Amino acid sequence: MTSKLKYLWWVVALAVFAVYPVVETNPSDQTIGVYTLLFMACAASWNMFSGYSGYIALGSSVFYGVGAYTMALISIHAHMAPGAAMFWLAPLGGLVAVAFAIPIGWIALRVRRHTFVVITIAIFFIFQLGAINFNFTGGTGGLSLPFIQWNTSYYSVPFYYVALGIVIFATVLSAVVRRSRFGLQLMAIRDDEDRALGLGVKVGAVKLTGFALSAFAIGMAGAVYAMFQGQIYPQFVFDPTFDVSVALMSFFGGLGTLTGPLLGALVLESAQQYLTATYSNNSLYLILFGALFLIVINFMPRGIVSFFIDRRRRALAAVAASASATPPAPAPSNVGSLV
Amino acid sequence: MTVLLKAQGVSRAFGGLKALQSCDLEVEKGSITGLIGPNGSGKTTLFNVMTGYVKADAGTVTFDGTDITGFEPDKVFARGIGRTFQLTRIFGRMTVLENMLIAIQHEEGWLRGMTRSKSTKAEVDNAREWLDFVGITRLADLDAGSLSYGQRKLLELAYVLVANPDVILLDEPAGGVNLTLINQIAEKIRELNAQGKTFLIVEHNMEFVMNLCDSVTVMNQGTNLVSGKPADVRANPLVLDAYLGGGDDDDEDEEVSVNG
Repeated sequence: MTSKLKYLWWVVALAVFAVYPVVETNPSDQTIGVYTLLFMACAASWNMFSGYSGYIALGSSVFYGVGAYTMALISIHAHMAPGAAMFWLAPLGGLVAVAFAIPIGWIALRVRRHTFVVITIAIFFIFQLGAINFNFTGGTGGLSLPFIQWNTSYYSVPFYYVALGIVIFATVLSAVVRRSRFGLQLMAIRDDEDRALGLGVKVGAVKLTGFALSAFAIGMAGAVYAMFQGQIYPQFVFDPTFDVSVALMSFFGGLGTLTGPLLGALVLESAQQYLTATYSNNSLYLILFGALFLIVINFMPRGIVSFFIDRRRRALAAVAASASATPPAPAPSNVGSLV
Repeated sequence: MTVLLKAQGVSRAFGGLKALQSCDLEVEKGSITGLIGPNGSGKTTLFNVMTGYVKADAGTVTFDGTDITGFEPDKVFARGIGRTFQLTRIFGRMTVLENMLIAIQHEEGWLRGMTRSKSTKAEVDNAREWLDFVGITRLADLDAGSLSYGQRKLLELAYVLVANPDVILLDEPAGGVNLTLINQIAEKIRELNAQGKTFLIVEHNMEFVMNLCDSVTVMNQGTNLVSGKPADVRANPLVLDAYLGGGDDDDEDEEVSVNG
């Protein structure tokens, strides 16, 4: 019964997202919806590797940027007619991101923990510098994509549904990985990589596969972003705050959980966009976020979703304990570990 | 008797510290072999070399006639050498059953792992059987991180066994656990040994080693000192000297039990 209820929640959530642009016809609110969905897709995909394996990558905007530049460069140089056909470049952007992720992962995944984080940041800056200094990327002036002349009153709607599709893709992929043996191996790597290796897990191959796989949806999101904006700049598609945002959204919602990153991105990105749009103040959200993070980190160190899952488990265990004479199931002991 | 696992002339230095110096060890097929020695005598380093966690500077490790020197830990495990760690290492944020399922997978390629669910019914049944064997089936659905120290020891033993290795290396299976559990572990080892499993055990608890093992090798300062039947080893003056005269600040227990 509980699992049926769980599916029902997913269906309800999906339905709400599906009707949002129909109900909310204000173009600026629809635009907020597009950005929010793009971040939800990126956070879910990032979490599929970093959340499950514990390898906190802070360079995922490399894949976002690669996806964006793939979209821009191909649509410009192939003289594509501006319009919906350009959406087909999104999966290609994802594939190019994966192609970049393989050598990057091959280098970065040789080290662990803090060193890994630092290496991913370093690789990110190499890409940002490259985008600023190469000629084919347009340098700091960026690139202008073929101009799409859709009516401004519904311009965002096609992007909204494509972004929703990417969110569904990233979520389903995360769910499938979680249920597969591969996902089990990623989580074993998170808990004790050396022990996993000693039990026959091919940790190198597993890590690299997960890393490359997580780049796909992020690359797609980057491509859609480029098309949506119509103009990209290196400092906005290779953006260090993107790296941090995606990670923080997952921490906020619940690292390594299925719904956590989705929830984190939904709350944080929509709030940020809303505050920026409403008060035309770019830094107001930072104050609010700071307060929000203090609360979450202090009272729910494993994120919102994990917090409620733990509480429910404890409640169930307490019920089970009072129902039978067997000793109660001890509460999960690792509350408080963040990474 | 044939030798199943053999270390020959293994040396390994960490900086200036020579942890192993031309150390030899033979484990006969179907035996329970004990490996004892003062703290810092290189027992765990030898384990690490044999299971691929540490690369030897010199020497060879052979298993069932094949040279496995320098193999990565996953390859060593796939060959049929399972091990436990002195400080138990389990996957804390996964359930006990999921811990068991991790160890089964050396039979398949990594790509296959992506396209299949995390367990088949047969694998779960098999895992539960082994949990039942060590007596912790009722904990199967708990987070492994919530287990007590002794339960972790049992889980670690169970998830090594689930992969059906030929030889099992146990690093202090009786360390830090109570007497009832020690006896329980000893009994399980005997039972498995009767079914043909070979054991190599590092242990400080002399009573445990002397009662359980067919043969004992004593290590001191990175090399093997004496090997033989437990009774002979116990009476050997070199062994007494290594334990009592070595000037190590070991805990009192083992010195007393060597004497006794």
